[in-house]
Amino acid sequence: MKYIDEFRDGKTARVIAAAIAAEARTDRRYHIMEFCGGHTHAISRYGLSDLLPENIRLIHGPGCPVCVLPVGRIDNAIDLALDRGVILATYGDCLRVPASNGLSLLKAKAGVGNMRADVRMVYSSADALKLARDNPERQVVFFAIGFETTTPPTAVVIVQAEKLGLANFTVFCNHVLTPSAIANILESPEVRLHGTVPLDAFIGPAHVSTVIGSRPYEHFAEEYGKPVVIAGFEPLDVMQAILMLVRQLNEGRAEVENEFSRAVTREGNVKAQQLVAEVFELRKSFEWRGLNEVPYSALRIKARYAAFDAERRFGVEYRSVADNKACECGAILRGLKRPRDCKLFGTVCTPENPMGSCMVSSEGACAAHYTYGRYKDAVTA
Amino acid sequence: MCLAIPVKVVKLLDGDQATVDVGGVRKEISLALVDGIAVGDYVILHVGYAIQRLDPEEAEKTLALFAELGESMGASPA
Repeated sequence: MKYIDEFRDGKTARVIAAAIAAEARTDRRYHIMEFCGGHTHAISRYGLSDLLPENIRLIHGPGCPVCVLPVGRIDNAIDLALDRGVILATYGDCLRVPASNGLSLLKAKAGVGNMRADVRMVYSSADALKLARDNPERQVVFFAIGFETTTPPTAVVIVQAEKLGLANFTVFCNHVLTPSAIANILESPEVRLHGTVPLDAFIGPAHVSTVIGSRPYEHFAEEYGKPVVIAGFEPLDVMQAILMLVRQLNEGRAEVENEFSRAVTREGNVKAQQLVAEVFELRKSFEWRGLNEVPYSALRIKARYAAFDAERRFGVEYRSVADNKACECGAILRGLKRPRDCKLFGTVCTPENPMGSCMVSSEGACAAHYTYGRYKDAVTA
Repeated sequence: MCLAIPVKVVKLLDGDQATVDVGGVRKEISLALVDGIAVGDYVILHVGYAIQRLDPEEAEKTLALFAELGESMGASPA
């Protein structure tokens, strides 16, 4: 496919790998965090780590929206579907995320005792709106999650619902913000005090950046002295970004560079940003799985659109729930541990039966490693 | 769920909708978040919405960069 296959060429990948090997200094180590589930997926799928010198380590950050959603929010969604009898519409990735009491949205859909939740998988927020139009006698709640890429489509349907005068459509908003999470990682004691996670540079998100632009990362380069290279999702994009970061680190520079210039500008998608600003406002605080409460890191629906806010209509009360003690998702999301460091990995926790959120979405660090990388561990263990 | 892909717009429809070609498969998507899209343009498709137009000139520049790197490393990337 055009604009995909050209960026997957194996021979070119080896050329970039050779350039990285030639330019990476042997007297130092390079710790590079990719902050994007899509990059995590590409790195595992194409075995990019194997193409890199031993002294370049890729650290998976908290860039998968499903992985950072805390248990309490899934519980809220299940309660809405079971106790309030709504049609709960959500992206497929959310269905198998473990919630409290061994439940998930999928299990609630299959039936709990004599109760069965009406959970519908949708591909798009537009599908959720259509469900509301097709079922005027039922309340339809769109369980909206995701970073800056999925937020504008949610804003679109809220505005459309108002125009259509829909009284049976609301959104349970769980949208979160990438820059806040990056700041949280950089402010964490593990990173700030040069503790357990040395972190030298970031591979900036691809599609999040198409919306927010490259400007928000300038703060990280200036304030924290960490280079950022925004990279596309294909393997050559990621390899090229690593080469650009190695060059910056070698030269002592900390700048924002854009490898994904075919879709990312400094300003981003202004139309999408304006729509998001029209419908949403910052929450003072939001719990992330693995990062605890992060100030000003998520969005809620403005009072102007309160009629379409499921939290207000149904009086949703959030209650924080501790993760399974044996699950290392929290440490993996902060880059402290790797999937293979978790004793549940590949034993009781698999993509078919995930115990933790990192094993759910194909962009999760554990699911990506389980699917593409675990056999390598077995050989070298 | 962040796995967005470039797709080609093949037909503009009413209500900010468009038909796109996804590797030979036709699909209807929303153009509500992007302005000025014409038939033949490539857009980044994510959860049913075009979130940005893809700039073919910039794509060529990136590919040229890879080719240049290949030459300097003494290998042909093609």
